[in-house]
Amino acid sequence: MSDVTTLYGLCASGLIAIGIYGFSLQSEPLRRIISFNLIGTGVFLLFGVAARRAAAAGFLADPVPHAMVITGIVVAFAATALTVALILRLAELNTDPEENIQPEARDEKSA
Amino acid sequence: MTAGAATIDSGALLVVSIMLPVTGMLAVIVSPARRSEQVALVILAASLLTAVATAAEVLRTGEPIEYLLGNWRPPLGVALRADGLSVTLMVMASIVLSCVGLYASGSYLAPPDAHHSRSRTVFWTLLLGLSVALNTAFLAQDLFTLFVALELLTFSAVALVALDGRPTSLEAALRYLLLALAGSVFYLVGTAVLYGAYGRLDLSGLRQISRDDLATTFALSLMMTGLLVKTALFPMHLWLPPAHAGAPAAASALLSALVVKAPFFLIVLLWTGIAPRPFSVIAGQVLAILGMASIVFCSVMALRQSRLKLMIAYSTVAQVGYLFLVFPLTIGGTANLAWSGCVLQLVSHAFAKASMFLAAGVIAEVMGHDRISNLKGTFHAVPITLTAFALAGLSLIGLPISGGFSAKYMLLTAATEIGAWWIAGTILVGGLLAAGYVFKVLGQALAPPAEGFAAARSIPLHRELVVLVLASAAIAMGFLPLDPLPFITIGRMGLP
Repeated sequence: MSDVTTLYGLCASGLIAIGIYGFSLQSEPLRRIISFNLIGTGVFLLFGVAARRAAAAGFLADPVPHAMVITGIVVAFAATALTVALILRLAELNTDPEENIQPEARDEKSA
Repeated sequence: MTAGAATIDSGALLVVSIMLPVTGMLAVIVSPARRSEQVALVILAASLLTAVATAAEVLRTGEPIEYLLGNWRPPLGVALRADGLSVTLMVMASIVLSCVGLYASGSYLAPPDAHHSRSRTVFWTLLLGLSVALNTAFLAQDLFTLFVALELLTFSAVALVALDGRPTSLEAALRYLLLALAGSVFYLVGTAVLYGAYGRLDLSGLRQISRDDLATTFALSLMMTGLLVKTALFPMHLWLPPAHAGAPAAASALLSALVVKAPFFLIVLLWTGIAPRPFSVIAGQVLAILGMASIVFCSVMALRQSRLKLMIAYSTVAQVGYLFLVFPLTIGGTANLAWSGCVLQLVSHAFAKASMFLAAGVIAEVMGHDRISNLKGTFHAVPITLTAFALAGLSLIGLPISGGFSAKYMLLTAATEIGAWWIAGTILVGGLLAAGYVFKVLGQALAPPAEGFAAARSIPLHRELVVLVLASAAIAMGFLPLDPLPFITIGRMGLP
């Protein structure tokens, strides 16, 4: 059991490391938000490891980290959606300035 | 369970203070666009009343109010807790939010086309969203709920920055969002590590069992770094000035006065509540050094700005730096005085800076621009607003009588008593630099108008008065006695 936990822990650290590497060295917003999601996934895995360790201590399993992971996923999803919306709108404004007049129409098209 | 019944009664206040703005957000979304303003203002007024009632209850009993959600005890359940410090901050936030709401009322009444009615609804929804996030951050008692509150705060603030939809604002919002997300994820990693080490995240529990080991040091360092990004302390302040440059005046006021204060409050919670002793001393020194760098560097940057809004934005980073000076000052016997100075600085800066940003908004509308070198005749056009600007400036500089003076005087006294001359010197230098940038604006604005000067447009009186009320609140804080504030220590764990 502890071997699996260690493996998960190492995977979590690996994901977080890749994510931080991408986040700090990439300048493209889209790549940075993907890196953010990688870090997020690593953190959720880390919560899973914490739950697993509580299980090793004699409990059946620790459900609290799972609840936190679910909340964390919702927050990360919202953050990603907001970032992508901002990136999309910026791309629109930068490519064809004459379409700025009708932002609502574009909204419906992209929705 | 008579004691339980009593806590449930006053505990309802805490639930209301979070649920009222949530309900308001939904009400604003479903109500027609022309009604959204009235709905939001009513909710803001009710929130202010709730905050005042909560503060009165805490002051009356001298005990913190606690509420357990669904009666589940921590560490499994989620607890809300209002102590002296959190009710002070709640009342402050409600006052600023209500004033900004009054200021913004009518300003989104421009042409009733689709885009404007949408941005109006969005503005009021986000204003209430900030209220939810701030109240949750001030009341929550576990690290994960605090994380959710911080995220809510960031999302509302980012959307406010992007509200006018111009490319520069969107870029600033995107940069703010990405940095804030980096900050959140650092915080979350720290939370996961702490949960792995202790198996619980409630503050009162962690406070008793936190020990000085590698995991705790690592987790707390990560969390504090993440929070420093969000509170925009030097050298992680780079997102803040551009975010202010394009944001509407009302959004800037909220961002500077309130949004950057919530992460600071969390740092205080971590530092006083969880950080084990040898680590907390080192962390306190590091935070104070960053605070001093903020004060000096960003005051100089403020002096060098040619646009009024950017100048005020850099001033925010400098003034937030003062808050961080408190950590090394609490080691000695002057801890109580230092904390009082810090809280007073936080509250009076919130009032003064909100007033100053709203004044900058009025000035930009009247003059048609906000270039500092070209503000001649502003006093002639909007005397009330400029008076407010000057009063807010007095508080930022720290001239008596003002909240800023009392705050800096307390910090200075605490610093000299423990012989921290480096902190005392920075406080004085920061005051001089602040005088430099405030008087640079006033000198221009008080000059007689040039030939053929005409105001670009007239400003409704209520908006000028709101700016003056906020500035007067910052001044009024100066009439508090120059002693340690008794109420901030009510129920505060880790404070003397």
